Amino acid sequence: MTATPSLEVAGLAFAYPDGHQALFGVDFRVARGERVALLGPNGAGKTTLVLHLNGILTAGAGTVTVAGLPVGKKHMAEIRRKVGIVFQDPDDQLFMPTVREDVAFGPAAAGMRGPELEARVVKALSLVGMAEFADRPPHHLSFGQRRRVAVATVLAMEPEILVLDEPSSNLDPASRRELADILRSLDVTVLMVTHDLPYAMELCPRALILSDGTIAADGPTGELLADDELMSAHRLELPFGFDPKTAKARSQGISG
Amino acid sequence: MHVPDGFINAPVSAAAGLVAAGAVAVSLKGARRELDERTAPLAGLVAAFIFAVQMLNFPVAAGTSGHLLGGALAAILVGPFTGVLCVSVVLLMQGVLFADGGLTALGVNIADMAIVTTVVAYLVFRGLVKVLPRGRRAITVASFVAALLSVPAAAIAFTLLYAVGGTTDVSLDKVAVAMVGVHVLIGIGEAAITALTVGAVIAVRPDLVYGARGLARPLKLRVGGELVDARGAAEPAAAARSHRKVWLAGLATSLVLAGVVSFYASSNPDGLEKVAQDKGIDEKTKDHATADSPLADYGVKDITDARVSVGLAGVIGVGATVVAGSAVFWAVRRRRTTDVSPVTLPEAGAGPEAGAGPEAGVAPKPAAPKTP
Amino acid sequence: MGAGHAHRLYRHGHSPVHGLPAHAKLVAVFCFVIVVVSTPREAMWAFGVYALLLAAVARAALVPAGFLLKRLLIEVPFVAFAVLMPFVAQGERVDVLGVSLSVNGLWGAWNVLAKGTLGVAASVLLASTTELRELLLGLQRLKLPPLLVQIASFMIRYGDVITDEMRRMRIARDSRGFEARGVRQWGVLAKSAGALFIRSYERGERVHLAMVSRGYAGAMPVIDEVTASRTQWTYALALPSAALLVCLLGWTL
Repeated sequence: MTATPSLEVAGLAFAYPDGHQALFGVDFRVARGERVALLGPNGAGKTTLVLHLNGILTAGAGTVTVAGLPVGKKHMAEIRRKVGIVFQDPDDQLFMPTVREDVAFGPAAAGMRGPELEARVVKALSLVGMAEFADRPPHHLSFGQRRRVAVATVLAMEPEILVLDEPSSNLDPASRRELADILRSLDVTVLMVTHDLPYAMELCPRALILSDGTIAADGPTGELLADDELMSAHRLELPFGFDPKTAKARSQGISG
Repeated sequence: MHVPDGFINAPVSAAAGLVAAGAVAVSLKGARRELDERTAPLAGLVAAFIFAVQMLNFPVAAGTSGHLLGGALAAILVGPFTGVLCVSVVLLMQGVLFADGGLTALGVNIADMAIVTTVVAYLVFRGLVKVLPRGRRAITVASFVAALLSVPAAAIAFTLLYAVGGTTDVSLDKVAVAMVGVHVLIGIGEAAITALTVGAVIAVRPDLVYGARGLARPLKLRVGGELVDARGAAEPAAAARSHRKVWLAGLATSLVLAGVVSFYASSNPDGLEKVAQDKGIDEKTKDHATADSPLADYGVKDITDARVSVGLAGVIGVGATVVAGSAVFWAVRRRRTTDVSPVTLPEAGAGPEAGAGPEAGVAPKPAAPKTP
Repeated sequence: MGAGHAHRLYRHGHSPVHGLPAHAKLVAVFCFVIVVVSTPREAMWAFGVYALLLAAVARAALVPAGFLLKRLLIEVPFVAFAVLMPFVAQGERVDVLGVSLSVNGLWGAWNVLAKGTLGVAASVLLASTTELRELLLGLQRLKLPPLLVQIASFMIRYGDVITDEMRRMRIARDSRGFEARGVRQWGVLAKSAGALFIRSYERGERVHLAMVSRGYAGAMPVIDEVTASRTQWTYALALPSAALLVCLLGWTL
């Protein structure tokens, strides 16, 4: 890894004001173009970690570096443009009256106007296959469509790294597959936070396990999922009937 | 308590408008200190909440109902300056959208319901928090009292405005007794809701309560199995405690003063005579048509009302003294801390909580001048 | 959450009044109300003319009379107060149908009723022809401090969240046989208020984080600039100008 990594987290620790401590020193790096899954049970501190990546939470100790820029007050606008976070609930993410305005929000906040803005919106929406819904109000779309629009709102900012918080939650199988296809087609660094292990397996060659506020394991997704002891030690369970070994072969067959 | 157009005459409305504009300008400046990126939406939420809870009418005596004013809640949750802004925005939007409260009476409404309630509540609150033992319960108790006093204070302010610029000559005594009487009851409701809300928030998200910022515990971070102290976590408890005696003494003095004042007030025959006279008029009124009206009702119970208002004078006396004392004390402390904070604040990488609020005890030395 | 920003007062339409820019309408309503309030109460006919002017605007805005009158009900508490005045005010008294009333109180009641009603009607017309978002942008264009606009826009956004949560909690309460009848129920209501606050905040906080993550720094990005042309200003200000004329006549006659 000689090039500047998209994301580098070192010694990150954080406690909430009420005294509850969520992170106890997190270290990892994600190279440009990688797709990495961040796995962990409920309450492992995944969402807290995500909120550090664009400086919404400020580290109690340690650093976060995005494409060589340290996350901090000085570069905040730049950092927020580079780190695109897709939150778990699309209803939280979509707040403008129409899909078009919502997708335009980020670039417009960065000062973009006129035809350039429109082109950006159209491009982002067509990447997720939602271009024809531009003038609809978001709350009239199906859940899967809303999630795709949420991804588009972030893509419109042309981020260095795309961070997805539980992208597969509440999706029906068809929407789930559509989203996977979209994500696979994108040419960006992806950090996918999830406890949906098959989905991680399908999309991300590499995985990290976050447990009790530290990185407990880091390796190829297939190997981690096949390690029964590791999995049960961190409260991670594969769905009934899912075998990582056969799935691995299948997913490699698809991507390769 | 929303004042419609034409209820207060133009000069007083205009003057109140100027006062309101000035106060909003000051608050805009002050709010920059109170609000950061994470707390800005909280102000909006508080405004929306006040908006919503004002629709939550609760039954008061005799078929009338009252609603929260919200100033106390706003001041405690987001700080006094932002609090003024929140309630002002609520009043503005109510005026523009729901036509609740006249547009030309906006100044009167803001002065009365945004500024008076917020300022009174916050000063009472700070005063009590200083005096009471530290802890969440103290915050809840202080919220209760602050809200309780803020509502009749607004009623009194309304009466004063009415005295200066009322367009009808309903006798002042009657307006005062009716307004204050009803609003003491409303105040109890407001106090209950404020205390419970603040209590609920502080139990779950203490970081959201502006008035409780001094309570943040020092942070400890465990890095690689070792305990490491977070930077910027001072020990604010001691500093705050050393002032408690002063505050206790102040409170005791004001209680004594208030006792004397109310004794004097109750032994003043003029007041009683006037009330008796009003009673006659009001009873006549009641015979006619307005059986359900709050005014008539309060006319009949005048004797108790006289006691209530005298007792109230005492309570408000205490409140006013605490308020005045707090104001001076707070202003002095504020000035001292603002000199220091620019140096300490930016360094506090430990997050918005630890030592951030100037109240958190950045001033360890006792402030020199105590009471005027 | 992205719920339509059409509020309950708004009445969708394409009338000339709907088409006017929000800030022009705000200025017009404000001037109109000021003029009404400064009219002497003795000039009763002037208030009649004001009412006619508003009726003309309502007609132009295609707002039906029934809709307008229903919205005027918000005024009822003040009416109750005004009705009391003749009974409790002092001074010279007059007998009406055998009831002794204060002359001054009657004038006072008339004053509050007439001016209050006209003010409410003007606001209702504004709110029913202007969308919330436009109204906010209008305030922004009128140089209302950005912090206030920000608080107001958050307030409106959270308004949806809160009413939603409130409704859910009320359904939960009611379905367990709760009825707010008196002092004893205050506790329950107050506790609901606390829970309501936390629930709404945490929901709204997530929305805010999403906004901040996309570069939101306090002001809504203005995607399309709206400016009022000279003709539009002329239309908007026709109402207060006419009212001013009436007011001046009221003082001189």
